[in-house]
Amino acid sequence: MIKQCARKKWTYLIYVGIFLVFPFAFFKYTAYILFMVNMTAIGVIGALGLNMLTGYTGLISLGHAGFMGVGAYSVAILSMRLGMPAYLSLPAAGIITAFVGILVGTPSLRLRGFYLAMATLASEFILEYVFKNWESMTHGVQGLYITPPQIFGIYINNDRIFYFIAATLAICAVFCTRNLFRTNVGRAFIAIRDRDIAAALIGINVFKYKLISFAVSSFYTGVAGGLWCYYMTIINPEAFQLYVSIDYIAMIIVGGMGTIMGSVYGAIFVVLLPEIIQRVMEVLQPILHIEYAFAAFKQIVFGVIIVTFLIFEPRGLAAIFSRFGERMRKKKGGDQKQEGKLVEF
Amino acid sequence: MVHLEVKNVDLSFGGVKALRRVNFQVEKGQMFSLIGPNGAGKTSLINCVSKFYEPDSGHIIFDGREITNMRPYQVTRCGISRTFQNIELFSGMTVLENIKLGRHIHLRSGSLAGMLYWGKAKKEEKALEEFLDEEILNFLGLSAIRNRMVAELPYGLQKKVDLARALASKPELLILDEPVAGMNREETQNLIEHILEIKKAWGLTVFLIEHDMAVVMNVSDWIAVINFGENITQGTPETVQKDPEVIRIYLGQSYGQDMKEGEGTS
Amino acid sequence: MSLLIQVLIGGMTIGSIYSLIAIGFVLIFKSSGVLNFAQGSMVMAGAFFAYTFVVQLHVPIIISLIITFLLAAIIGMLIERIVLRNLRGVSIISIIMVTLGISYMIDGGALAIWGSSNFTYPKLFPSFTLTVGGIRIASVYLWSFLTAGGLLVVFLLFFKYSKLGLSMRAAADNQKVAVALGISANKILSVTWIISALVATAGGILLASISALHINLSYIGLIVFPVVILGGLDSVAGAAIGGIIVGIIESVSGVYIAPYLGGAFQQVAAFIFLMIILLVRPYGLFGTKEIKRL
Repeated sequence: MIKQCARKKWTYLIYVGIFLVFPFAFFKYTAYILFMVNMTAIGVIGALGLNMLTGYTGLISLGHAGFMGVGAYSVAILSMRLGMPAYLSLPAAGIITAFVGILVGTPSLRLRGFYLAMATLASEFILEYVFKNWESMTHGVQGLYITPPQIFGIYINNDRIFYFIAATLAICAVFCTRNLFRTNVGRAFIAIRDRDIAAALIGINVFKYKLISFAVSSFYTGVAGGLWCYYMTIINPEAFQLYVSIDYIAMIIVGGMGTIMGSVYGAIFVVLLPEIIQRVMEVLQPILHIEYAFAAFKQIVFGVIIVTFLIFEPRGLAAIFSRFGERMRKKKGGDQKQEGKLVEF
Repeated sequence: MVHLEVKNVDLSFGGVKALRRVNFQVEKGQMFSLIGPNGAGKTSLINCVSKFYEPDSGHIIFDGREITNMRPYQVTRCGISRTFQNIELFSGMTVLENIKLGRHIHLRSGSLAGMLYWGKAKKEEKALEEFLDEEILNFLGLSAIRNRMVAELPYGLQKKVDLARALASKPELLILDEPVAGMNREETQNLIEHILEIKKAWGLTVFLIEHDMAVVMNVSDWIAVINFGENITQGTPETVQKDPEVIRIYLGQSYGQDMKEGEGTS
Repeated sequence: MSLLIQVLIGGMTIGSIYSLIAIGFVLIFKSSGVLNFAQGSMVMAGAFFAYTFVVQLHVPIIISLIITFLLAAIIGMLIERIVLRNLRGVSIISIIMVTLGISYMIDGGALAIWGSSNFTYPKLFPSFTLTVGGIRIASVYLWSFLTAGGLLVVFLLFFKYSKLGLSMRAAADNQKVAVALGISANKILSVTWIISALVATAGGILLASISALHINLSYIGLIVFPVVILGGLDSVAGAAIGGIIVGIIESVSGVYIAPYLGGAFQQVAAFIFLMIILLVRPYGLFGTKEIKRL
């Protein structure tokens, strides 16, 4: 027992160590790898938000991109027009997005399944329209520039500084989500997903909890959008179109709906995939001579992977890895069970 | 004193009338049974009580309060709890989590407290687990399987978890929709004993819907019979058994045989 | 006044094409519960196939059309066989994402083959200008409306009176009983997807004739949703009427409202309308209400 506690402490220390040293470790490739890690961190927060709504509560949403946009534009407007510092504007963006979520959810959440998806699709297009045409606030298609705030004289959109902020927030998001599902609010979400009628009959105010799920999920998404804004320093309506919503849904399907690690795996996957395709294209391009080869290939591969996962492993990478982990544990014997639990979300 | 009163309740689906002016009263602390052939409207009636259906007309009064127009979760808050004919457990969660949900109405942590966990939410969860362990899990013999996914469990255990979930909120009125359906003699005996024990310990009123006549005749204080959504008769088990209308309705089923078995085990 | 009439005619024409495409969507839903988010991609692919044969390969128009429709039918059947056979009874989001995945594959393929430019569509119908009461109507509108309208009538009659049509309705209504009566559920499903692909192709050809050929045509698929929500997810007649109404709404808002609100309001108009319908009457004009049972 004591040995296991000591082991746990060492494992934690190693994780913390890796976390701190990581951004200084890669020399030539640092900027590139950090960029991908940062994008993944943003993706993780967004995917956790969507997973909470769709994977855990069973509410389909095609409007995820629009909510990221709300978060991004909120941060941009708050920091540029009101001079708000980052530590205030990010949570504020989250809260604003949560409000928009409640606004959209109140009429929509009386609907189910396809009809709910349609309502969120409508909200997506309406938000896209607002981003493009409310020029006084969003500058329309030209986009909004922001000057990234500074910490100790270094701009936040420096890859390393951003890494510490984004990765920390991503880890917080993971823990907060895990905690939520150990308590009655999280359980209520899952109950609504599994059997919403029975859930109502055992005392859950289903509409209220659907709305809470929408609000909390939107908060996460808004924060993710805000981080995106700080990192990119320029945002325009094109970054928040329907294809982004589909990207996020793909993240949670490939990663694993209704699991926390699924959101992480999915985010890694969706960020890595274009990069892998890019490398492959660089090799094949001279041979193939196709215009738009990268974009076309990316679309095709994306589509193939989504379909393949849905046919063969609808529970995503999380299920695949957890099966793998179980097989490993069985080989090593029951002693490892405690350790396994740390990562098993 | 009257705990639950169903007054002239009418219910129809499209053109089909499921309930016609159904009337009865359940006394506090009573074991009240509702029987009738399949399709008689029993489940429809308790769905009206738990507010899954809105009756077309009539009143349902619990503990002096009019609950006819309440939302389902409000009814649970009043102290009414139920099990389901088709179990309706939440397949994505473990036994313990399902049972914890039964106590949802008493839990106060919001999403913020939940996400931060250490503090209010953790305390609440601990107290919740202690309460459930003491009063329900040990009692029903579910402690060993508390972390199993409910989807993996055999039918009989799932039924038990459904009951545990209903008990978790420590209700005043417990509605049981065919709690021993599909169980063998041993499982039935076991479950009924548990129900009687906890009824006594907590002073519950129990509203039972059941097809197993031996059970019904044995444990009930009062029985109401309905058929085609209408009241047929009410009374003590002895009275109801001898009622010619009741015998006519059940003619063709092995009612007589069940009768004899019932008398044997009293 | 004449502007209004032109707008209405334009709206009704495009709307009739929407109806056609929407019928494909409704058919698939009725027979298998699948929400085909790839309908738009099939519209686009159909239009491109026809273009390739007529313009790039110089095949005579009639033969091109026949080959195009054959290709579309094959693709429809392939989608049904390979993908959807393996996905019976999965959650709605899985179904949506599978068809979205398929649409990505088709869109990506189209991008690779034809690139991202605008193509002028060949004139498939004899061209003339019609002047009615002082208003000039381009002939392509007239032909499109007649074709779409004609096909719609054919479908409505087909479903009401033909043996295959009746079998399809039976299978959609109650699969078990239909199978017991000797109707092959698999055959019906294949036929459904083939018909769906065919109407999508027809719709694509007509749309490309009116506007232009571009891979963005696949986003037309999204317009299907306001149409089927308005008409009712499982109603063919609803799709027919809904399409025309949505077409008119789009046309009217494009000309009369967009100038005030700015931007491409007509694209959002249909979806604002969708939202309103969802709030007021989610099952649409003719859809069947779902009843929950415990």
